[in-house]
Amino acid sequence: MKGTHLGEFEELVLLTIASLVNNAYSVAICDELSKHAERTVKLGVVHAVLNRLEEKGLAKSELGEATATRGGKRKRFYVPTGAGKASLVRAKEIRDQLWQKIPNLTLKQI
Amino acid sequence: MKKKKTAQPPKWATRFLTLYCRPELLEDLQGDLNEFFERNLQARGAFLARLIYVIDVLKFFRPYTVRRPSLVNPLNRKIMFASYFKTSGRVIMRNKLFSGINIIGMAVSMSVGLLVIAFVSDLFSFDHTLNNRDRIYRVVSTLVPAGSPPVKLASTSWKAGMLLPREIPGIESIVILRRGFSGDAKIGESTVPVSGLYANEGFFDVFSFPLVKGVAATALKQPRSLVLTQTTATKLFGLADPMGKVIKVDTVNYTVTGILADIPKLSHIQFEMLVSLSSIDVTAPASSNDGNYLDWTNIFSNYVYVLLSKKTDQATLTTALNSLNQRENAASGSHNKILLSPQPLKAIPVGTPLGNELGFVMFRVAVLTLAGLALIIILSACFNYTNLSIARSLRRSREVGIRKVIGAKRIQVIGQFIAESVIISLISLCFAFFIFLLLRGQFLSFFPDLQRTLSLELSPRLGIAFILLAVVVGVVAGLLPALFYSKINAVQVLKDASSLKVFRHLSLRKAFVVIQYTFSLIFITAAVIGYTQYEGFIRLDLGFTTTNILNIDMQGNKDDVFVKELSAIPSVRGISRSLIVSSLGSLWGTDIKYRNPLDSAGVDLNYIDEHYLPLHKYTFLAGRNFTPKPKDAPETETIVNQQVLKRFDIGHNNPEKAIGEVVTIDNKRLTIVGVLKDFHYGTVESKIDPTAFRYSAQPGRYVNVKVDPANIPATITGIETIWKQLDKVHPLDAKFYDDQIEQAYRAYSVMVKVIGLFALLAICISSLGLFGMVIYTMEKRVKEISIRRVLGAGNGTLVYLLSKGFLFLLLISALIALPLTWLFFDKVVLTKISYHQPIQFRDIFIGLFFIAAIAFIMIGTQTLKIVRTNPARVLKNE
Repeated sequence: MKGTHLGEFEELVLLTIASLVNNAYSVAICDELSKHAERTVKLGVVHAVLNRLEEKGLAKSELGEATATRGGKRKRFYVPTGAGKASLVRAKEIRDQLWQKIPNLTLKQI
Repeated sequence: MKKKKTAQPPKWATRFLTLYCRPELLEDLQGDLNEFFERNLQARGAFLARLIYVIDVLKFFRPYTVRRPSLVNPLNRKIMFASYFKTSGRVIMRNKLFSGINIIGMAVSMSVGLLVIAFVSDLFSFDHTLNNRDRIYRVVSTLVPAGSPPVKLASTSWKAGMLLPREIPGIESIVILRRGFSGDAKIGESTVPVSGLYANEGFFDVFSFPLVKGVAATALKQPRSLVLTQTTATKLFGLADPMGKVIKVDTVNYTVTGILADIPKLSHIQFEMLVSLSSIDVTAPASSNDGNYLDWTNIFSNYVYVLLSKKTDQATLTTALNSLNQRENAASGSHNKILLSPQPLKAIPVGTPLGNELGFVMFRVAVLTLAGLALIIILSACFNYTNLSIARSLRRSREVGIRKVIGAKRIQVIGQFIAESVIISLISLCFAFFIFLLLRGQFLSFFPDLQRTLSLELSPRLGIAFILLAVVVGVVAGLLPALFYSKINAVQVLKDASSLKVFRHLSLRKAFVVIQYTFSLIFITAAVIGYTQYEGFIRLDLGFTTTNILNIDMQGNKDDVFVKELSAIPSVRGISRSLIVSSLGSLWGTDIKYRNPLDSAGVDLNYIDEHYLPLHKYTFLAGRNFTPKPKDAPETETIVNQQVLKRFDIGHNNPEKAIGEVVTIDNKRLTIVGVLKDFHYGTVESKIDPTAFRYSAQPGRYVNVKVDPANIPATITGIETIWKQLDKVHPLDAKFYDDQIEQAYRAYSVMVKVIGLFALLAICISSLGLFGMVIYTMEKRVKEISIRRVLGAGNGTLVYLLSKGFLFLLLISALIALPLTWLFFDKVVLTKISYHQPIQFRDIFIGLFFIAAIAFIMIGTQTLKIVRTNPARVLKNE
């Protein structure tokens, strides 16, 4: 099933959502990602991914309160769902298992 | 915040976003965009910020953001639809005047629309039973005589039919048809007159008319083979099997080789029977005067249809025909050029006018005119709806205001009003359908040709087209009111309804009224002028008398005995004989020469006996009538009209001096013994041409009988008895000359009737509309009138005040319509008719007077009603 697979960028976005806890809305996610990944992340891309995550049931969203900024428009806050959290953990596990198989990889050898 | 107000994201981009974005995503997206905009504004300045905003809006146009077509959820829409329906029903019931006027108007106009739809649908289903209908082409000819206008004919030459398969490889099969097979069939004891078409064996390859009996490949191969249609077979043989039977037609024996299922009524080819083309001996000279059968220029009786192979198209055929034209015209050495061109089978029923058609066809111009007239009538009814809907806005705008306050969207208000008009038009459709059923027979009886071919039968396809028409009419009628009401400002309306700018649309409504009345006036004036012209045609002094003259077609019988016995009837006042009956449009022409052998002119001709001229009371300017001669005496005399003298300047145009001069007609030298005052040999459309009478003791075709007007039925019965002794097969064909003349101008009387009908409808509809407008206007001004009355205005002043606006509109319509109609008739229509009455002022103003009278009665009664109400009662309500 295409729907349940978690892509690399999707994983990053979902992680960011989780890390931002109560302030995970599109612009904040965009800023956070840009900061950590050290590349400009386009708002359109983030939006698309958020939409997809929600479609897959990995994240859910809710409209916040209206504020004076943003032209009076409300923010949409995202939280990972149970399935979302599970797939994050699963992704980490896969990576950890692979890391453990590498005997002595150090940065120097690369 | 306040400082930044100067720089805003571009509005159009925001609007675009709102337009395409899904509602659930919109707010969030807009917020994000705003946030970025603010950021960019501070970091990069207004210009870049706006640019980025626009780019972002465009970039967000992605599959997941674009809204699906179903905006409102289906349940909600269903509820709204039910609500539209219910409210519309209530509105229609409550405003009986409004609904009544519109339903009547739309029903009347739509019935004409239905008629046109049924008519066009019949025309387009011509020959639709044929296979390969798309690949069948007819070869048609254009005759270009040197120095005269070209003549387009549906027929072509036999030769072309024989050359084509050799010239063009893309022809799958070809058929040559020829008119003119007719005679009396003898079967056992009985004799039946029959007629049909000649056809070669390609017939069944090109046309897939099914054979009931016989073999398609061979049925028309052998000379003297006959293929009968089923109806003809039953007529001739009853229930017996006709296959292989011999029929003697006149003197030749034919064998029945096939039975064809009856040809559908909706076909442009109609015949009783087919005779194998090989029955004609092509080496013999053709019976008529048009040369040999296989001449390239013999193009008046043959028809060629080709079935092209799937790979060949019309262009290939055209090119091939063009090269054939060039070669053959050069080879024939005739003055007359003949140009062949292909005509798709589908284009035949609604085509350009061609001479020599095989069966019934309709001209495209006629169909388009009819459709155009129907469209005008329907639009007129739509105008009524639009006008009246907006005129009653005083009542309805508050309702719309409340709807909007409750939360109706603009589209829903539009939906409501469109639903209302569509429901009204659907109700009208029911009435229209009944009117259509009544009108159908009437319409067909206008055109005897149509009646034979078209039936305007109902079919499911037609039903769908009818409903579609009603829906379209409803939408067109309701669109403007819907837009008008949807724009209403709820707050303003609810505060004070009278502040509504109803009159902003006044000029539009006035324009509608003017258009309606202009068309009504054009129609009625055209009908009146047409009628007086038609009257003029049949009352025209032809230069001879036609009263109580009965023309009897001899149908090939010898007239000697017949004439002798006729003269025994006491009420027969005189008898003469002639080759043709003139003044009906049929011509018999040849060449005439005077002294100069190189100078010839066309002359119209009639062969008559010595009684003809006195019987018809022709006016002699000089000379005498023919002297009777025996049958085999050489022909020496002719009697001509003034035009002949004028053409050749015989005797310097002096009739007395022209007597005794010799002219050459058809290579015969004939002495002019009499000169007649000019008379109408053709119809009023054509100028009086040089005309000559030649003497023949037995001209052949017609016997003209002058009868006593006292007891016509008895006289005709007497003539019939004598006829029956002479010819047992054919019924007597006797017609009064006056009736024949009326028949000759039938096309005009039909046109007058059709235009008259449309005029009547147009007047009905525009009068209804005006009536409604008057009532609603009065309603709005009732208070004003009451105050005026209290202040002392008299009845007359008030009626004038109220009606002058409408009468002004009528005046404008008259100023547009009347000169237009007059110009159209004077400069276009009547220029084609050489002898017509001048258009009388009376004819132009009759229609206006009629319409103005109706309008005045309506306006007058309504204003009087308002004026007579007690002003105290109206004003008390405040």
